[in-house]
Amino acid sequence: MTELTPESPVTEPPVQNGKAFMAGIVAGISMPFWMVLASMIGFGSMVRTAGLSLDIGIGSTVGIWGLPGQVAMLELFAIGAPLLAIVTASSMANLRFMPMSVVMMPMFNGDKRAHRWRYVIAQVMSINIWSVTMSRCPEMPLMERFPFYMGVSLACGIGGVLGTAAGFVLAGTMPLYVTLSLVFLNPAYFVFVFSSVRARNCIIAVVIGAVTGPLIHQIAPNWGVPITGLVAGTAAFFLDRMFKARPND
Amino acid sequence: MIEQTPWLVLICCILATFFWRALGVAVASHIDANGPVFQWFSCVAYAMLAGLITRILLLPVGTLEQTPTFDRVVAMVSGFVVFIIFKRNVVAATVTAFMVFLALAALRQTGSL
Repeated sequence: MTELTPESPVTEPPVQNGKAFMAGIVAGISMPFWMVLASMIGFGSMVRTAGLSLDIGIGSTVGIWGLPGQVAMLELFAIGAPLLAIVTASSMANLRFMPMSVVMMPMFNGDKRAHRWRYVIAQVMSINIWSVTMSRCPEMPLMERFPFYMGVSLACGIGGVLGTAAGFVLAGTMPLYVTLSLVFLNPAYFVFVFSSVRARNCIIAVVIGAVTGPLIHQIAPNWGVPITGLVAGTAAFFLDRMFKARPND
Repeated sequence: MIEQTPWLVLICCILATFFWRALGVAVASHIDANGPVFQWFSCVAYAMLAGLITRILLLPVGTLEQTPTFDRVVAMVSGFVVFIIFKRNVVAATVTAFMVFLALAALRQTGSL
């Protein structure tokens, strides 16, 4: 699909799709693959315990592709909640995908392929893939970002399917402390990932969000995440502007 | 009461999640990536995720609920010590937090703690 001619000395070098895709796979396997694998092992065993089949488990990993929403669906389905209640709860638990894709999509602005595949990009996005993309893609040539992203996504997707299947098969046979530790792994990883953000507005947002998140959850358990985002995010936005307005920054 | 098949529920949940993803794509194409609205969305996304992660670790619902807060906090503090010593090494910090948590959970299960 590349429109650049390799012979032309004035244009940029041809885009190495394969190389960028492989770099994405390598970046995926370095850490996110294992994180997804571990979390989905926990989810897979929940699927078994809830009395659902493995194909539903894998279908929800691949299709919903966001653990809080998957867990919400599973828990409410297991207690026989009405369809609308299950769908609403599952969807609300994954509302974070909306601001996440708003923030990530401009990373591919100017790449026609990425524009054509934009809804696929949004569908395969998960928090693990998002955080790798947000930290790695800005320093990457524009045309390499899309293949890189798809590489990371493939690695994570395989991790998700393998994890769900492994968790389903191993349910009840693994010692409890191993299962608990695997579930603990991914949130722990994200604490350090978010402690590594560099942009000032993001640092402020992370700090305020981290402090207010558990507090707001106690007041509004079902709406805790979106309210935290709105309140803490807006506060961070204005604080950042205040710092910017200062002359001796 | 309508008979519910797991597949029907799953497909509805997939579409309901895709709604947020697609809405994000639609909004992204209508705002300036260098403008204040984009900056605001960025703050909201990071605050939302940070709030969700600390909530999962401090006030877990589900599997992690059966672990003592003490274990989770000690594991995270150990991870942070390594994070600072090894100049923001995410992998080293994560592995440390995981190993400390695993050790504490194993000790509790065998009754040594």
